[in-house]
Amino acid sequence: MPVVFHIPGPLRTFTNGQSRVEVDCSPSTVAEALHALWERCPGVRYRVLNEQGDVREHINIFVGEECIRYTGGLDTPVRDACEIFIIPAVSGG
Amino acid sequence: MPRISTQTSAKSGDLLLLVGTTKGAFLFHSSAGRERWKVSGPHFPSYSVFALAYDGRQGRRRVWAGAQNFFGCALHSSDDFGVNWTNPETPSPQFPADAGVALKQIWQIVPGRADEPDVLYCGVEPAALFESRDAGLNWSLVRGLFDHPHRPRWQPGGGGLCLHTILPDPKNRGRIYVAVSSAGVYRTDDSGRSWKALNQGVRVDFAPEKYPEFGQCVHKIAHHPSRPDRLYMQNHGGLYRSDNAAESWRDIAKGVPSDFGFPMVLHPHDSETAYIVPLAVPIRCVPEAKLRVYRTSNGGRSWEPLSRGLPQKDSYDTVLRDAMAADSLQPAGIYFGTRSGKVYGSRNEGNSWQLIRDGLPPVVCVKAAVVNGLPDSRKPASSKKPRQGSGKKPARRAATRA
Repeated sequence: MPVVFHIPGPLRTFTNGQSRVEVDCSPSTVAEALHALWERCPGVRYRVLNEQGDVREHINIFVGEECIRYTGGLDTPVRDACEIFIIPAVSGG
Repeated sequence: MPRISTQTSAKSGDLLLLVGTTKGAFLFHSSAGRERWKVSGPHFPSYSVFALAYDGRQGRRRVWAGAQNFFGCALHSSDDFGVNWTNPETPSPQFPADAGVALKQIWQIVPGRADEPDVLYCGVEPAALFESRDAGLNWSLVRGLFDHPHRPRWQPGGGGLCLHTILPDPKNRGRIYVAVSSAGVYRTDDSGRSWKALNQGVRVDFAPEKYPEFGQCVHKIAHHPSRPDRLYMQNHGGLYRSDNAAESWRDIAKGVPSDFGFPMVLHPHDSETAYIVPLAVPIRCVPEAKLRVYRTSNGGRSWEPLSRGLPQKDSYDTVLRDAMAADSLQPAGIYFGTRSGKVYGSRNEGNSWQLIRDGLPPVVCVKAAVVNGLPDSRKPASSKKPRQGSGKKPARRAATRA
């Protein structure tokens, strides 16, 4: 079953304009799921993670409705057919 | 997003004014008379653009921008004055994995020497210098500075721990100066392999030791291409000049209302003439709510206020370290932008000023350049003499709309 990624508007430059990207993979963690996304859409990678592999400060990743900052970060377990949302945090002015 | 225009129809000999703000970049251009300005932007809307540069070497007409938002920061370039910007899948520069730090902001982009047309430098936060030797396609961390034993003890200033100024010496190929807040001035004489702190005589007001080897909060340094061993400095507190390639500095803050400020800009044709914008402490706005540029015409022995055309009451303006620039025309043009979103220009070396634009987001970067001519190989077909037997299309750089 594919993992479904929901892509915010500014990153759709790197997903051929798609807001929803389905990737066939069987990840056990968010990190593995994202790795599969990078394989498909490499331009998204460094807009979500910095070069040290950390999620950028003002980007939130949700698995279903749970923000991974509170569930183990990139090591958060995932199930098949999950939905992962990449969403800029509320910040700025 | 309303846009002023996406088109900048600058042509050879025009003056290009690159303005970076906390919410995007604006590209102004004018004929060499500099009376009327056209503007395009915002480029990179919602991105803060602290670094802009124009590279006219080898017939290029390339504008560089360092843009940052939620999704990180990256260098972008445009060969058509902002109609198209590169937006590479893998942004650059990036710190290598073993550096243990990640890029926060791009503070400075500087083309290398004229005889090294593919060399570019980039100063970033956390404080580090990157170098490209292939016209910006690939960037590498200058390890000699990054691995300097002082670096773990560098402290951030209010703007962060940033390498904000890069001065390649035009006459000494291995020599580069950089300035870091709050670490001070460092110089390499061997193309970046080793670096020496050069802050002798520069005061520190915020530590028990007033004249340490390093730790100064230098806000800007500048040197003149014709006399690169002479440098001027606007420090966090103090104005300085060095005549010996930064080996020592002496105070030149006589006759200014405050020795605090950010920019330091040199006259393009006279190494004795420099421009600053003093700021009152602690408010860090222009003193007495009067917007005045100060100019020395004698190497800092005295300073005169320049206020004609600038507001002289109720002005709570601040001009940041990179928000002032000079062009290379005769007479020289001087430009600056304020945190309140105004851009001013003078086409007579600061004697009088005009408001070029109001209502922009806070201005953090101003750069000026004269648009160079194109080599014959890059001129549009309509402007070239017909050539027989040439079916080649001009090479194009990969570009996407940012």
